[in-house]
Amino acid sequence: MSIDIDTARQVAHLARIAVQEDDLPELARELSGILTFMEQLNEVDVDGVEPMVSVTPMRLKRREDVVTDGGMQDKILSNAPDAREGFFAVPKVVE
Amino acid sequence: MSDLTKLTLAEARDALRKGETTSVALTEACLAEIEGAGALNAFVHHTPEIALEHAKAADERIAGGDAPAMCGMPLGIKDLFCTRGVPSQAASHILNGFRPEYESTVTQNLWDAGAVMLGKLNMDEFAMGSSNETSTYGNAVNPWRRGNDDAQLTPGGSSGGSAAAVAADLCLAATGTDTGGSIRQPAAFTGIVGLKPTYGRCSRWGVVAFASSLDQAGPMTKTVRDAAIMLGAMAGHDPKDSTSADLAVPDFEAAITGDIRGKKIGIPKEYRMEGMPAEIEKLWADGADMLRDAGAEIVDISLPHTKYALPAYYVIAPAEASSNLARYDGVRYGHRAKLAQGDGIVQMYEKTRAEGFGPEVQRRVMIGTYVLSAGFYDAYYNRARKVRTLIKRDFETVFADGIDAILTPATPSAAFGLGEMAEADPVQMYLNDVFTVTVNLAGLPGIAVPAGLDGQGLPLGLQLIGRPWEEGDLLNTAEVMERAASFVSSPSKWW
Repeated sequence: MSIDIDTARQVAHLARIAVQEDDLPELARELSGILTFMEQLNEVDVDGVEPMVSVTPMRLKRREDVVTDGGMQDKILSNAPDAREGFFAVPKVVE
Repeated sequence: MSDLTKLTLAEARDALRKGETTSVALTEACLAEIEGAGALNAFVHHTPEIALEHAKAADERIAGGDAPAMCGMPLGIKDLFCTRGVPSQAASHILNGFRPEYESTVTQNLWDAGAVMLGKLNMDEFAMGSSNETSTYGNAVNPWRRGNDDAQLTPGGSSGGSAAAVAADLCLAATGTDTGGSIRQPAAFTGIVGLKPTYGRCSRWGVVAFASSLDQAGPMTKTVRDAAIMLGAMAGHDPKDSTSADLAVPDFEAAITGDIRGKKIGIPKEYRMEGMPAEIEKLWADGADMLRDAGAEIVDISLPHTKYALPAYYVIAPAEASSNLARYDGVRYGHRAKLAQGDGIVQMYEKTRAEGFGPEVQRRVMIGTYVLSAGFYDAYYNRARKVRTLIKRDFETVFADGIDAILTPATPSAAFGLGEMAEADPVQMYLNDVFTVTVNLAGLPGIAVPAGLDGQGLPLGLQLIGRPWEEGDLLNTAEVMERAASFVSSPSKWW
């Protein structure tokens, strides 16, 4: 499977990473190389094999559905690049 | 006492308990070594005030006569661990300036045991790399050199700073994390011991996530005994990590008895790779002889799906990474790109992530995005997860047949030069993980033990793989091999 420039552009957008138009051919080539390496997996007979969900068979723990933490707005916002009036600030989303 | 920084954890513990030294003296000696080791670029955030505060508290506790084994031990902490108030940025530009308001469970466990934090250690960005060359802090440098050649070598990766710091005696031990070999490969490249515990043995809470089904923290130490001591303090059930195992933490050090008579050690034929250097092949055979001489039975075994571990890993790990790294969006923490007039939120995400992530991280996030995208999910991701089931089944089969541990080389080569792989295909770099990645896919414990030197005087390591939750037994076998190999070399100081 090889990735063309349009696919590389689409993947970069899905991943929300800006890639310059000039860099797309190289990106497509690299991604194609990695995917070719992965294609060895097609040699394996996986009929009837369950895809692994958890490496250690375990039942996820449950706890009571109650509030256990909170009331730390300052701490939550302390690392934000732009925090105003107790909120995270971002460019306008809704026109 | 002279050469305080060269002490093992076991030696330092005994010296502290006998009152022959103090944690403050140990800590000051390490801080002085760190100060003089800028050329290694191992420590990237220094915390001398915290270190001395921890050390004073440890000395008081020791004087009180009720101190756990790790009390007073000066440690380096991989930058992947969140440490309260101290920069924790996974060696990424996108987490520039990030100071967590919380402490990872593993580091909290270590501080609760009285350990001392010297600072944060260099690594590959988001633990993605095998040479520490993807770090935003620049390369960490291996204290080992090829004979008199002054070419700089990689300490391996991703826990390259941890490995360099322990090998150069800048700290008594360090934390590492291992997703595909990131503890064991750098340990092998620097002549130290690196243990990846069973998945779930150590809590992942507060450790910056790369691939959540594979990531596991572990100790990087000077000896196998030290790995046992330190794992005991790091491990334990944590309600904040739903995948951490609700099992009692055994006394790992007590499991080191020196007796491995009757143990069955498997030698997997699939690990004999084409083009394997003769030195590695010989080291492997020597390791088997050492274990045989100690009374173990050496058994040829087969792990038929080994060949597919690396491609399966490079589907699963990037898939999980693309999901985990979606959180770096320039909103809640770290870097945000400067926006142009009229840029909206999508441009903010795209520019922030393009500026914030280095090339290898971008590549893996995009590969992960691709293999999870509609139309390819079954062909790549689900197929890789099925192959993972088969890889785990290979191990279960040999363990059910009575194998106690599996012996393999740790790496396909000794440490290579920094920059030597710059022109290589990304896949060439991935081949570093060929002997270690199966262990993560199967969730097993694995340990790298220094076993010899190559023709250029560089350390080489062997790997032992154990049964799940039997780190104690694995450490016991590793200690026997360590003693037989009697690896005592250390790098001559040039930094």
